[in-house]
Amino acid sequence: MFHRLTALIIKELLAILRDKRSRLLLIVPPLAQMIIFSFAATLEVKNVSIGILNNDHGQASRELAQRFHGAPSFRHIIYLDGVEEIAPLINSQQAILVLHIASDFSRKVEAGQLAEVQFILDGRRSNAAQIVQGYAAGIVNQFNGTQPIDLVARNWFNPNLTYIWHTVPSLIGILSTLIGLIVTGLSVARERELGTFDQLLVSPLKPYEILLGKTIPSFFLAWVEGLIMLIVAIFVFRVPFNGSVILLIAGLSAFLLSIVGIGLFVSSLAKTQQQAVLGAFAFMVPAMLMSGFATPVENMPPWLQVVAEGNPLKHFMIIIKGVFLKDMPPALVAANIWPILVIALFTLGGASWLFRSRLE
Amino acid sequence: MNTDSLRRMRGLIRKEMAQVVRDPSSILIAFVLPAVLLFLFGYGVSLDANHIRVGVVLESTSPEAQSLSAAFQNSRYFDVRVGRDRREFEEELVAGKLRGMVVVPANFNETLRNGEASTAIQVIADGSEPNTANFVHNYVQGTFSNWLVQQSFDAGRPEVATPSVSIEPRVWFNPELRSSWILLPGSIAIIMTIIGTLLTALVVAREWERGTMEALIATPIGIVELLVGKLTPYYLLGMGSMAVCVITSVTLFDVPFRGSVLALVLISSVFLLAMLALGMLISTVSKNQFVAAQIALIVGFLPAFLLSGFVFEISSMPLPIQILTRLIPARYFVTCLQTIFLAGDIPSVLVPNTLALCAIATVLMLLVAKKTNKRLD
Repeated sequence: MFHRLTALIIKELLAILRDKRSRLLLIVPPLAQMIIFSFAATLEVKNVSIGILNNDHGQASRELAQRFHGAPSFRHIIYLDGVEEIAPLINSQQAILVLHIASDFSRKVEAGQLAEVQFILDGRRSNAAQIVQGYAAGIVNQFNGTQPIDLVARNWFNPNLTYIWHTVPSLIGILSTLIGLIVTGLSVARERELGTFDQLLVSPLKPYEILLGKTIPSFFLAWVEGLIMLIVAIFVFRVPFNGSVILLIAGLSAFLLSIVGIGLFVSSLAKTQQQAVLGAFAFMVPAMLMSGFATPVENMPPWLQVVAEGNPLKHFMIIIKGVFLKDMPPALVAANIWPILVIALFTLGGASWLFRSRLE
Repeated sequence: MNTDSLRRMRGLIRKEMAQVVRDPSSILIAFVLPAVLLFLFGYGVSLDANHIRVGVVLESTSPEAQSLSAAFQNSRYFDVRVGRDRREFEEELVAGKLRGMVVVPANFNETLRNGEASTAIQVIADGSEPNTANFVHNYVQGTFSNWLVQQSFDAGRPEVATPSVSIEPRVWFNPELRSSWILLPGSIAIIMTIIGTLLTALVVAREWERGTMEALIATPIGIVELLVGKLTPYYLLGMGSMAVCVITSVTLFDVPFRGSVLALVLISSVFLLAMLALGMLISTVSKNQFVAAQIALIVGFLPAFLLSGFVFEISSMPLPIQILTRLIPARYFVTCLQTIFLAGDIPSVLVPNTLALCAIATVLMLLVAKKTNKRLD
């Protein structure tokens, strides 16, 4: 039995690795994507252009405008000459914010009255607009001299809020999901489409041996790939690795089991490779959105957070970022591993059930 | 000749249509996935941080400390839990159950009385979520400042810091800064990319794999007829899916639609053509479904999600990546979609972006024609 199984595993690995193009596709793109997307996936706001319309010629308004000039977040400042220039500037997205100072500004400030300035923001970039508004309000408050406090904030785990420390570990999760799903999803579907699956069935292999023979190679490939990405994250991106390698590998293994389970599940439902890939996609896109990668899980309504508990990627994101940055203790890692194992049990169980029922 | 050509094209279109309609997976991608995406963007996923979970540690039990804690509890940005011991919250910060922690130390009143408000409380945020950490700082700072002003007001000392300049923010196009208004239109770009690139690449790669493509080439059909015949059904599928997205976004999720349908249809068509051409190109080059699926993911879906400005700001990316985004059709399309929905038909945005899309679509189409043509020899 063991002999038969190894033969099948070797055959599966050969099927994927023999072709030069698919071999290349398994190694190069994930690494290239990791490098490109790590720098791209940032919600930081820097280098934005803003406009200033100063209708006032007094001392105070010039001083305020000057303060915007010195701010590091604003790369480019465009001076406007009239109100009619505001709309084109915002509409064409040349500036995300226009500061409008009315003509009586300096007079009011000198008279000790309340002077108003207007911020006009581009709501098409809602997150950035919110952050830029915060920066600009900070500058005005400093000018006021009324900012009563300037709290010293500390960030644990990532003191300077370096964005790639967050994106690199998250991308390892996303790219491992993709690889695991596609490799497994296609393995059964391809054989079925080509008709070689029937040959497997009439061979002396037992159904569970076929299932294992399909699971182990995909798991192994995705696992090696995950390890390569981890090494790149640590040595190329220099993301601090504070936790335990063993815990992370345990988490990765559990996670990949659940993903391979989903891949096999989709694969046994699909009649063609096309259905397998598209089915994998129908899982992948929502899983990615509900993982906490681009948008925090806690922003979602409570009932959707319950649904997200069934998303293995969500748990793995907590583990990988926790082990990397937070030196997460074993108990907490375990608390996130067991839901993944439950999911894996369901997906692998479901896949093997489907597999068997399709055999008959 | 001309009628022959039409007849051939019609035949091919009919065959492809039947294939689309009969395969449940194309319906899954064109209608079920968009529905799930819309649902998620409409009801669930959002960038609006309104329920940041923070822990307030009250090491001081003075009435002032209680009142500050109440101010945090009343803030609409926070889901607050109050505790006495910072260690219990520290563990939850590691677990990711809290995103921040505000410590009101035992000497809170004393520090306040000495006029050292900046050091009166401590703020600790979970840096592993940088965006949320920033929101924690800003909102805590804001809540605490307001509380201080309120306190001095109640104490009859309004002389503390009367501001001389007030800010009047006006947010155009999206006054409440709802991220769903941005994400919903953007999801159209994602769905069209999946249909155009992934679906087409798979379908055509299968034909190459099975050899039916060569059989097709051996027929009297010309290259243009072949392309038109192959791509029309997927074009219709993509546009149908877009219509579903637009109608749901506008009617169910109240996203404004301030531009014109004509502009939307025109620009979407150009984008979809570029995506279809990309899908054809991938399949022609790869001739293998596994390879085609991988390439479609790498050059189609992931860039559309991550490099299009859909969620992540392009201007914040490093320069080489900003240059790279110029090659991604989704970048131009997302900008157009957001403008058409929220701002209206603004030529200074739509014209240059559409021209860029046209250029990319033309180059891709020419490449497809060239690559497929070669195989005819």
